[in-house]
Amino acid sequence: MNVILIAVIVLAAIGLVASAVLYLVSKRFAVREDPRIAQVAALLPQANCGGCGYPGCQGFATACVKAADKGSLEGYLCPVGGGEVMTKVADALGMTVEQTAPRLAVVRCNGTCENRPRLAEYDGRRSCHIVQMTGMGETGCPWGCLGCGDCVAACQFGALRMNEETGLPEVDESLCTACGACQKACPRGIIELRLAGPKGRRMVVLCNNKDKGAVANKVCKASCIGCGKCVKVCDKFEAITLDKNLAYIDASKCRLCRKCEQECPRHVIHAFNLPPLKNKETNLIKI
Amino acid sequence: MKTFRIGGVHPQENKLTAGQPIRQAALPKQAVFSLFQHIGAPAVPVVKRGDEVKVGTLLAEAGGFVSAPVHSSVSGKVSKIDAVIDASGTRRQAIFVDVEGDEWEPEIDRTPDLVTLDRHPELDAKTIVEKIKKAGIVGMGGATFPCHVKLSPPPGSKAECVIINGVECEPYLTADHSLMLEHAEEILVGVSLIMKAVGVSRGYIGIETNKPDAIALLTEKAQMYKDIEIVPLKMKYPQGGEKQLVDAIIGRQVPAPPAIPISVGAVVQNVGTAFAIYQAVMKNKPLIERVITVTGKSLTKPGNLLARLGTPFSQLIEECGGLPEDTGKIIGGGPMMGKALLSLDVPMTKGSSGLLLMNNKEAKRTAPQPCIRCAKCVSACPMGLEPYLLATLSSMAEWEKVERLDVTSCIECGSCHFTCPSHRPLLDNIRLGKTTVMGIIRSRAQKK
Repeated sequence: MNVILIAVIVLAAIGLVASAVLYLVSKRFAVREDPRIAQVAALLPQANCGGCGYPGCQGFATACVKAADKGSLEGYLCPVGGGEVMTKVADALGMTVEQTAPRLAVVRCNGTCENRPRLAEYDGRRSCHIVQMTGMGETGCPWGCLGCGDCVAACQFGALRMNEETGLPEVDESLCTACGACQKACPRGIIELRLAGPKGRRMVVLCNNKDKGAVANKVCKASCIGCGKCVKVCDKFEAITLDKNLAYIDASKCRLCRKCEQECPRHVIHAFNLPPLKNKETNLIKI
Repeated sequence: MKTFRIGGVHPQENKLTAGQPIRQAALPKQAVFSLFQHIGAPAVPVVKRGDEVKVGTLLAEAGGFVSAPVHSSVSGKVSKIDAVIDASGTRRQAIFVDVEGDEWEPEIDRTPDLVTLDRHPELDAKTIVEKIKKAGIVGMGGATFPCHVKLSPPPGSKAECVIINGVECEPYLTADHSLMLEHAEEILVGVSLIMKAVGVSRGYIGIETNKPDAIALLTEKAQMYKDIEIVPLKMKYPQGGEKQLVDAIIGRQVPAPPAIPISVGAVVQNVGTAFAIYQAVMKNKPLIERVITVTGKSLTKPGNLLARLGTPFSQLIEECGGLPEDTGKIIGGGPMMGKALLSLDVPMTKGSSGLLLMNNKEAKRTAPQPCIRCAKCVSACPMGLEPYLLATLSSMAEWEKVERLDVTSCIECGSCHFTCPSHRPLLDNIRLGKTTVMGIIRSRAQKK
């Protein structure tokens, strides 16, 4: 009986001392986390995609709180949540944030199997980066899509899919969050995050070929040859520029008049979410 | 028998053209001179469209210290400076010359007489290196590193010996072999020139035992040169890698990059380079032609061709009996380290040591199977790396771990890939890891 009593008393005493020590240590060395971080993190989509440039949503929340303490949330954007989530974040932190226009990933290549014949067969590991290292890939185009699907593997939201028929990746606009993972995964810089435009309507030059016209023409039927016709036809809005034999449409200036689409002899300019032109043969472009 | 210590494989030799005499290839109709025939800065053109050039005329000068000039190998008119698909598989700038006649620059000595070093006692190290630099000589084993850079040891390092690579361990290739048989004396003079240029009194020529005729001939001729020793080596791939060759011949191991053979006192050059150096210094002949092995099991007349640089590969194949119908893949270089070509119009460059035509059956890769952890690749790796691990980590984009496992030491010899019983694309992945890590290291250095 005595032995049991001693054991109980000793254990109780140790427990008491240990709890006292633990209590004191937890008070003395407490890590104070800003409660706002948890608050902001709860508002974020928790996709942990890294599209914002920070390690996960927690990292972005910490960065936002720090930025708010400095006085501005400018340049901080959760690409997945977009303007809506950023407004909520700004409200929680007592700041205001400018609305950013939503963006979407666009694959700027239309070198389908039909437009751009395959010259060689690559039978190594299917990785765009490896193909890029070994040379020009299966087609003769050193700028266009390599078709191995590094971007598809990089997309966490299932917004990209390889079209077997065309050999090109396709973007599902309803799922794309413009996190930019595909853009980083593409070794040729074909994917661009572009302004989505009103109701998703936008004009895009679907080519990345910066070679001279004659060379570009040889490798692909749907290549931009840098003729500059679109630049001339867009003299009113000056939305189109020509750089290194490649036309580029500035989405913020484009008014969707579609004159460039009609003018382009190569059918490289594509109108997204707009009805097909009536009196223009556009069968070269198949998306 | 000497050989290197770590790893190595022995692929089937298939030296179809061994012992064949060197054939002179016909002049091309149009020669194309890539400005990227060497490692380093591209050459800068000094001619323009319409200029008349002769054989040996300077077309483009070196674009930096690590760079080499390009000379015309034909006489004719410059037709354009434009991009061309070269052996690297990319489109790069090149000078096109339409061939008319065969007129040589007068200062080139075209007589076959042997000029030994005794006849030119006035040649000192500086003049030799300067002449090599002017002649645009690069490493002709395939790496195309500008020769004069290797012969100017960086401060703080001292060369102790010159090692000449007559190993030719790549299957199929016999260009160096035939060169050794036909130009043994010239090569020996070239070696003594290299030794004088770097100021050493010890030279070795390493030759694998599958070339007994070359070993016998060179040993006989080398009796006149007391300081040059012919070293027979056991057949093992990749003995022609410079680090492996240094280990095989003088038994010293070159540490991991950035160390190079000169760090252990060795200067390594190829026999083809030694011959080109002889011609440049003694005959004033810039690097305008080289021996290339055109081979393949289905080719009717495979051979060792002495062809002018800039000749399109299609013409070389024509001279060897035309393109066989069952051709599945055409490789620039040997089967182990060569690169498949995208087009037949690719022009020959300073580094073209071979042209291999594989038939459909040989060309196909076998579908990869899961890794069975047999560690064959680990025992085959001549650099003592763990290829299976590097490949897996590279495909998972674990760049930090790949860097820690010394991926930059990889010499891309392909022994791991060759030996894998599961046919896994090991080298594809490791090369991806190596390139990415090198990029990371470079950007880190730039930030500092």
